[in-house]
Amino acid sequence: MTPLLPNLAHRLRPTFSHGVHPEENKHYTADKPITRFPFPPELVLLLSQHAGKPSVPLVKPGQEVVRGEPIARADGFMSVPLHAPATGVVKRIDLVPTAKGPRKPALILQVHPGESQEILYGAPRDVEAMTPKEIVQAVQDAGLVGLGGAAFPTHVKLSPPPGDTVDTILINGCECEPFLTTDHRLMVEQADDLIRGTRILMKAMGAPRAIIGTEDNKPDAAAALEKALPADGSISVKMVQTKYPQGAEKMLATALVGREIPSGKYPSSVGLGVFNVATVEQMGALLPWRRGVIERVVTVTGPGIAKPGNYLVALGTPLRFILERLGYTGSARYLITGGPMMGDTVSSLDVPITKGCGGFLVLRPEDLERYRVARTYPCIRCGKCVEACPLHLNPCLLGKLAYKGRYEEMEEKHHLLDCFECGSCSFVCPAGIPLVQYFRIAKSQNREAKAKAKAVPA
Amino acid sequence: MDVFSNFGPAVIFMVVLGGALAALIALALRKLHVHEDPRIEQVEEMLPHANCGACGYPGCRAFAEATVKGEALPSRCTVNTAEANQDIADFLGVSMGQQEKIVARLACQGGKHVARMRARYEGVPTCRAAVMAGGGGKACAWGCLGLGDCDRACDFDAIHMNEFGLPVVDEDKCVACNDCVVACPLDLFSLQPVSHKLWVACKSLAEGDQALAECEVACTGCARCAADAPEGLIQIIDNLAVIDYSKNHLATPIAIERCPTGAIVWIEDQQVRKGAAAKKIVRKSPLPITPT
Repeated sequence: MTPLLPNLAHRLRPTFSHGVHPEENKHYTADKPITRFPFPPELVLLLSQHAGKPSVPLVKPGQEVVRGEPIARADGFMSVPLHAPATGVVKRIDLVPTAKGPRKPALILQVHPGESQEILYGAPRDVEAMTPKEIVQAVQDAGLVGLGGAAFPTHVKLSPPPGDTVDTILINGCECEPFLTTDHRLMVEQADDLIRGTRILMKAMGAPRAIIGTEDNKPDAAAALEKALPADGSISVKMVQTKYPQGAEKMLATALVGREIPSGKYPSSVGLGVFNVATVEQMGALLPWRRGVIERVVTVTGPGIAKPGNYLVALGTPLRFILERLGYTGSARYLITGGPMMGDTVSSLDVPITKGCGGFLVLRPEDLERYRVARTYPCIRCGKCVEACPLHLNPCLLGKLAYKGRYEEMEEKHHLLDCFECGSCSFVCPAGIPLVQYFRIAKSQNREAKAKAKAVPA
Repeated sequence: MDVFSNFGPAVIFMVVLGGALAALIALALRKLHVHEDPRIEQVEEMLPHANCGACGYPGCRAFAEATVKGEALPSRCTVNTAEANQDIADFLGVSMGQQEKIVARLACQGGKHVARMRARYEGVPTCRAAVMAGGGGKACAWGCLGLGDCDRACDFDAIHMNEFGLPVVDEDKCVACNDCVVACPLDLFSLQPVSHKLWVACKSLAEGDQALAECEVACTGCARCAADAPEGLIQIIDNLAVIDYSKNHLATPIAIERCPTGAIVWIEDQQVRKGAAAKKIVRKSPLPITPT
């Protein structure tokens, strides 16, 4: 085949407007099957691994727990429980460093040496016979959150505001972040669980059809899914252009079904439910067994790591243990949890793997040399960021306002809150202006100012 | 000549129109007149025009209105001197209210020479940005990052960063406007009356040994101050000494004497005094970055 033809096919695939195309760098781990990672001697289980209220511990220091047992309960609707990823003894509750920075309380679980990976907790149940309401409750009990990175409790997404009806479920298998291959490997290896999860989702939301969207750089994933699809044709697989941030909720909705999710609204307002592949796979794997999320696939990758791969890592495994096990080059200095575009730089090796952490990226200074700008140059309004912004915001203007500290204006007049910090604008800026960082400062400052205004009575 | 022949009616029309509108304005002035207390203007003149909002009102004008109405006492303006506020009180014939000097205080002493770093932060040089990027690289997650958000927020030139990267408050210039309290993403600043002489200059909730490993002047929660101070003045909550300022009249410098790190201090006339048992810090150079 001439090289033109596949390129043409790529060009004809659905996508959204704007966006960027960073180097994919998926070759490190794309062909590495998921393998289990050993337990560390101590697991660090953060009580707030999800968006919302932290879980409340159910165990006391000194108590023995078995793998899969609930160790913390949900605190209200915007919260999820936590399950023990390994059999062992709860040592203490301590403040530990997190990827985001501030220290948060965590349960420290000492793992019994030589423990098997068998899950002793749980009992089979018939998912087919469950009502949508029971499914929503079961999803919360499983501790499921958006495993794509945002860690938003899944059961909340399953309960759309009254009046919204969902007709289509979109499953996001794009994995547009460079380096990461967890969703890719899951689609290739766990297609059956993924389809089962999709069916549960369709039932819970009363949606007659589901579309699994994947980028066209993963043809093997699409092929594996095609084989597992049910005969009734309610679930389909659709390939979209490889482009960042294809996997974002709003972008995917545009690319797959051509619907635009209005600003500040949930996808359910246009009849959609958007879920990540890893979340749905876990749903299909856990719900029939009444189990909870205790481990997740993490792509440990980057030029700085000696043995990159896709590993099934127990939640709470400290990054230090992963680094020591897999070996890293001496100059490995930049550690990122999540992908390089939206992930968090970690400043401590004691940070544990959490439910939302799908990747662990180790970079050397020389890998970043190419992207480093000697200094930040002034913005000349070249408009590259405007062309890159997938939400059609004006990052150039926002950046100028942020530089002057006019944060409220950014929010009121220029849709700052629509920005989901995908990093496309910073990525393309030839002047090296850290736009997203400015926006995050602005959001944080506005949030704090509002909270303080509320606290002080007029 | 034709040009001037049209002049007459135009002039008359304009005069009549002007007169009618003037009458309308004169009428409106009477009908729609809003009586405003002239004292508001005068009180506003006596205020410092800082518009800082420290009083809790949106600017000096609003505060002047409130004082004239009797909703607020003149002493709520912390920028004015006590004498100036007394003048306002005399003018309005009200009591001035209790005025005590209030200043911003930092709950951290961990400069570069005593607090360890576990990573180097690169990026926008503000504390708020650093806090969001993995906490900013300081080993202590509660400690001052020293990038000077408070310095930039201060409109009164009262905060300066010292050689160890810590903000120092000039109490003479500080008017307790609250700007630094809002600016600090780690909530290290708080407004304190100068009579609060006993002060815990640390916010670390880390357990003793770890707190010490992170910073040489951290509060380890050893509870010596709590034992030495009068009953109930100091409590150890989550590995940190917490002073109950409702019992401030009981406070004496005795509480600081046995503190092993000097985390609890006695501040009098801008002089920060550490206890005799506090470890002496002679190092001036920054500590190296030690990843943890």
